[in-house]
Amino acid sequence: MLRYITSRLLVAAAMVLLATLIVFLIANTVPGDPVLTQLGDVAANNPAIVEAYRHKWGLDLPIWDRYWIFLRGLAHGDLGLSISSQRPVIDDIAQYAPATVELSTVAFLLSLIFGLPLGVLAAMKRDSWIDHLARAVSLIGVSSPTFWLAFIMLAVFYGWLGWAPGPGQIGADQFPPPDVTGFMLIDAPLAGQWDTFWDAIAHLALPAIVLAASTMGLITRTTRAAMLEALSQDYIRVARAKGLLRRAIMLGHALPNALLPVITLGGLAYAQLLTGTVLTETIFSWPGLGRYTFQSAVFLDFPAIMGVTLVVAVVYVFVNLLVDVSYAMLDPRVMRR
Amino acid sequence: MPGDADPLLDVRDLRTWFFTDAGVVRAVDGVSFTLSRGETLGIVGESGSGKSVAAKSIMNLLEEPARIVAGSIRFRGREITALPEEELRDIRGAEIAMVFQDPMTSLNPVLRISRQLVETMTAHRRFTAPAARTRAASLLGRMGIAAPERVLDAWPHQFSGGMRQRVMLAMGFANEPSLILADEPTTALDVTIQAQILDLLRALNADLGTAVILISHDLGVIATICSRVLVMYAGEVVEEGRPQDLLSDPRHPYTWALLHAAPRLDEAVAGDRRLATIEGQPPDARAWPEGCRFRARCPFAIEACARHPALLAVDAGRLARCWVTQAGARLASPQPRAATAAARPAAAPSPLLHVQGLVKHYELPRENFLEPRRVLRAVEGVDIDVFAGETVGLVGESGSGKSTLARLVMRLEEPTAGRIVFDGQDISHATQAAIRPLRRRIQMIFQDPYASLNPRMTVGEILAGPLRLHALADTAAEARTRVGALLDLVGLPPAAAARFPHEFSGGQRQRISIARALAVEPDFVVGDEPISALDVNIQAQIINLMIGLQERLRLTYLFIAHDLAVVRHISDRIVVLYLGRVMETAKSAELFRRPLHPYTASLISAVPTLDAARARSRIVLAGEIPSAIDPPSGCPFRTRCPAAAPRCAAEMPPLAELAPGHRVACHFPGSVAAADRDRSRRSEVSA
Amino acid sequence: MTAARGAALTDTAAAALAAATSSAAGRRRRWRRRYLLAALGGAAVLAWALAALLAPWITPYAPATVNVAGRLAAPSAAHWLGTDELGRDVLTRIIFGARTSLIVGFTVVLIGGALGTLVGAVAAYARGWAEEILMRATDLMFCFPPIILAMAIAAALGIGTRNTVIAMLVVWWPKFARLARSLVLGQRSLEYVAAARTIGFAPAHILFRQILPNALGPLVVLLTLDVGNAILVFAGLSFLGLGVVPPTPEWGSMVSEGRELVSQWWVATFPGLAILTVVIGFNFVGDGLRDWLDPHARRR
Repeated sequence: MLRYITSRLLVAAAMVLLATLIVFLIANTVPGDPVLTQLGDVAANNPAIVEAYRHKWGLDLPIWDRYWIFLRGLAHGDLGLSISSQRPVIDDIAQYAPATVELSTVAFLLSLIFGLPLGVLAAMKRDSWIDHLARAVSLIGVSSPTFWLAFIMLAVFYGWLGWAPGPGQIGADQFPPPDVTGFMLIDAPLAGQWDTFWDAIAHLALPAIVLAASTMGLITRTTRAAMLEALSQDYIRVARAKGLLRRAIMLGHALPNALLPVITLGGLAYAQLLTGTVLTETIFSWPGLGRYTFQSAVFLDFPAIMGVTLVVAVVYVFVNLLVDVSYAMLDPRVMRR
Repeated sequence: MPGDADPLLDVRDLRTWFFTDAGVVRAVDGVSFTLSRGETLGIVGESGSGKSVAAKSIMNLLEEPARIVAGSIRFRGREITALPEEELRDIRGAEIAMVFQDPMTSLNPVLRISRQLVETMTAHRRFTAPAARTRAASLLGRMGIAAPERVLDAWPHQFSGGMRQRVMLAMGFANEPSLILADEPTTALDVTIQAQILDLLRALNADLGTAVILISHDLGVIATICSRVLVMYAGEVVEEGRPQDLLSDPRHPYTWALLHAAPRLDEAVAGDRRLATIEGQPPDARAWPEGCRFRARCPFAIEACARHPALLAVDAGRLARCWVTQAGARLASPQPRAATAAARPAAAPSPLLHVQGLVKHYELPRENFLEPRRVLRAVEGVDIDVFAGETVGLVGESGSGKSTLARLVMRLEEPTAGRIVFDGQDISHATQAAIRPLRRRIQMIFQDPYASLNPRMTVGEILAGPLRLHALADTAAEARTRVGALLDLVGLPPAAAARFPHEFSGGQRQRISIARALAVEPDFVVGDEPISALDVNIQAQIINLMIGLQERLRLTYLFIAHDLAVVRHISDRIVVLYLGRVMETAKSAELFRRPLHPYTASLISAVPTLDAARARSRIVLAGEIPSAIDPPSGCPFRTRCPAAAPRCAAEMPPLAELAPGHRVACHFPGSVAAADRDRSRRSEVSA
Repeated sequence: MTAARGAALTDTAAAALAAATSSAAGRRRRWRRRYLLAALGGAAVLAWALAALLAPWITPYAPATVNVAGRLAAPSAAHWLGTDELGRDVLTRIIFGARTSLIVGFTVVLIGGALGTLVGAVAAYARGWAEEILMRATDLMFCFPPIILAMAIAAALGIGTRNTVIAMLVVWWPKFARLARSLVLGQRSLEYVAAARTIGFAPAHILFRQILPNALGPLVVLLTLDVGNAILVFAGLSFLGLGVVPPTPEWGSMVSEGRELVSQWWVATFPGLAILTVVIGFNFVGDGLRDWLDPHARRR
């Protein structure tokens, strides 16, 4: 097992290195010129200012030297300075990441808690009303545009019914708790600010549901299909011939097999949630990485975009690694020969 | 409680139909039989005869769209067809257990063996979990698994097919059922493993008194175990009786046909090797013909056959569904035709195919790149010569390297070492472009009639492709003419050209496959298990076709099969492979008369035979073929060899010529064939 | 017919045949229901395609005509779906918006699908180091979530439909490469491929003329399902302002324009519904295709 994990880790490291190259190439070989965007017309027409600017950001060096400098910087956690915030990109990311992790983790848990049982039930009672419900819910979940769903939810539950608070992570009347972990749902209770905590939960509800919708649809679909696939296998017939209870056949024999593809999908879905919050965060003014990325893109803040892209790629690689390892632990065929 | 005189199982006029989109398939349509306590009953029939569905009906394990529409199944006096699901569940696995055909897919891959065994027992509340676990270990031991405590917590994929079938048997016997249904339990296994499992089943029946219903397409398998046999055809029982009676004097023409279509090891090969076959195919299960369902194919049919016959007594303890035998007539054995004496050409002095020191190692993909690379030694130094006009048979268990050898000869794979010389030209490492002209002369027939034809191409396209590629037909019209001729050659109508492969039966598809191979007019044809996937009668038709084509077109065959009787029947010479090495080679008759290698002797002895006396005195080979990734040192067979000595572990014996044309790779040739006549030695072997 | 058999049939025939007919009818019903959804989906997709094609002739207004006086009018007989902040007719803009969405959806999926299939198929047939390199590259592209990479590329190349499509293509092909590889690997091991090789056909012939036609089914299913997906992603990028350049009518940017207008709900709601219907339509068609191609599912 240790060997397997080590080997997977090395592969992951190689992937990360390649990802840095891709990010660097995109950032450095594309025609868009950040100088023009950042300096404005007047300054851009002054060669001295342009030259100084290029030199300051290292834009005058040969490309491989710049990659080398970029890598060396990375080794020290240096993703460069954000052009728009003038702070190290890594600091920006550290500041915005917790809100995103909080949001997407809650959304992921929501979609698992509802999607998994729904998928299992749908497969167990094929062609019943619950099967049709599961299919309808998952279809609408995966087919709705997130941003539109967010608009509808806000319009209905905030604008019209007034059940939910508006955008943002906490209300304007609340003071953010002292920053210990960066996670609102942990820091608030730590500081004894229970009002803030409940307010944060209320603010989290709508964006988490919106974000969970499509993931839940995917999980329901995959679970249902995987259960049906498992139920068509020979060993299920053997289990029936043994005289086992229907429940024992479903949950004891079919489900453990059906979970394997769901784990793969779940890992990918979580990675997508962590990185796919751009739309949701933008609409709900959620102070996370997604909104930061969007703002950086609008300002053509290259160091910031590339920093985020790189961080996102690393997250992907490592979530995949986790998926592979947990798969290996759950499927005896992978490791134990 | 019913008395002991009542049968254990009484099936009356059972009808199980499938309500499919394409119509109502009457898979089982009027089956009746009884079974006493402890009795062994065999059900034989070809695919589609309804034998498996009948077995599943007994446990009511049917799934949509199958349903029992009529008839009664009384088990210990209780009507199974009327039982609610909960009560059925109490019977399943506890009083009636079932063992299925494919041990590889019958165990749940993500659950430990122990869990799967234990739940069988705890589900019926006969044992507590700890007691069940103890019993599981002793059951595995009883099934012949060494160190059962240790393997209890293993995963299914760590077991070979034979081991898994032992686990399935342990599961079946776990609750001491009074009836066990075994549905083709050995079909997926090698002949040596089959012999082990059949022995086990027979011993369990004798020791525990469990009644057995054994379903098989192979009369030989059934004859080794069963005291009574039902023959099924087209959804009904056509004959019932003791196996030895059926074998010596069949009373239904279908039984007669089954019997004569399969070559037998205990009969000499006639001068003309063609087998007796019946024409046509079983009728469509959606619309059984009026009258006798076998009538259209029956060589004995009379006028009365237009009416449907009943299953009536024709002799003491014998029933048959046939107007002819019910009237007292006998079904005469077919007279072997005299050899057409198409004088076989004298063997040429130099071989057409010369294989020398051939080696093929596969580097397996690493589990991860920190593990060392493992090497699968599929072929490990093989020498074979094939002379023009002869048929060389290649036999061995799965894993012996026979298919790899075929692929090497076809140069679908490149050898790791050694030489392949075809008609004087060394093709061992020739590029595909360099071989292309030779492809016209060497062709191959494949095993799986369903996978070997491209489903998206019409038969005409499949056959015309090779013609156009090798410029044997320059115009489309010319190609069409030749396609028609090819179809005619293999016994298919010209209209077949416009149809797609899925519109044909397995046997017809194999004919198409043969036509494709013959399209380019080869002189050398490799057959890789070309008849293994077919029913007995279709096998015979294809064998006859191949023999006829060989005579007409002067073909040379390299014929691979695991069925020894078939190989003996068709081959002039036979090569026995084990773990990638040649163990023995000799003329076909000589090899079977006097096998000198212990492996050959035990292979031949493991074949289920219709002769009960011979069945009792056979050598059952212990263990299974070792992995080709880590083969034993010295002689690879020594780990299973009854005659093994220390010397065998040290050095691989050379392939020595002990008689003209008879070569053996053994330090002690002939030692086990001798043991066959020595009873004390033999019991040691089978232990 | 013998007496025994006749008796058996009279006992059971009525019940059995009644069961047969009712069961067959049930199956027909199920069959119809399954393909009913596919037909509905096909109709939705076809309707949108027709609307996009005939947009200039079937719309009551021009998509870019500004009418400040009539801005933010609620749905009425004159403006069935109301007007937006600049007084443009929402229905007209939705119908014109279908052009962009469908063209982008099909372009991304067809080009990405073709590219991915080529990569995956070649990798699977070639095996060895070529497969290793191609599939590692595929894995690598999987590390970049579509929206983020598309944002990076759109930001780098400049905003506009063409650049956004290019950005989407970069992240779109890998899933087709994976599927194509697994399909070709599956086919490759079948004996008809070995047969083609023994006859002497060239690798390109075997891969493209013999294997690919057999692998096409699942690829077409994924292709169909994915058009909806591509439409969703493009709408998302447009919503963020990275897709079309205003005033081009596009569904995502229309939702974006209406997102603050909670009481003028029609401005954002109807374009979103348009996206939903198209995507569901493609989903239905894709599911129907899958059922139709998978004999396993069909038999059940």
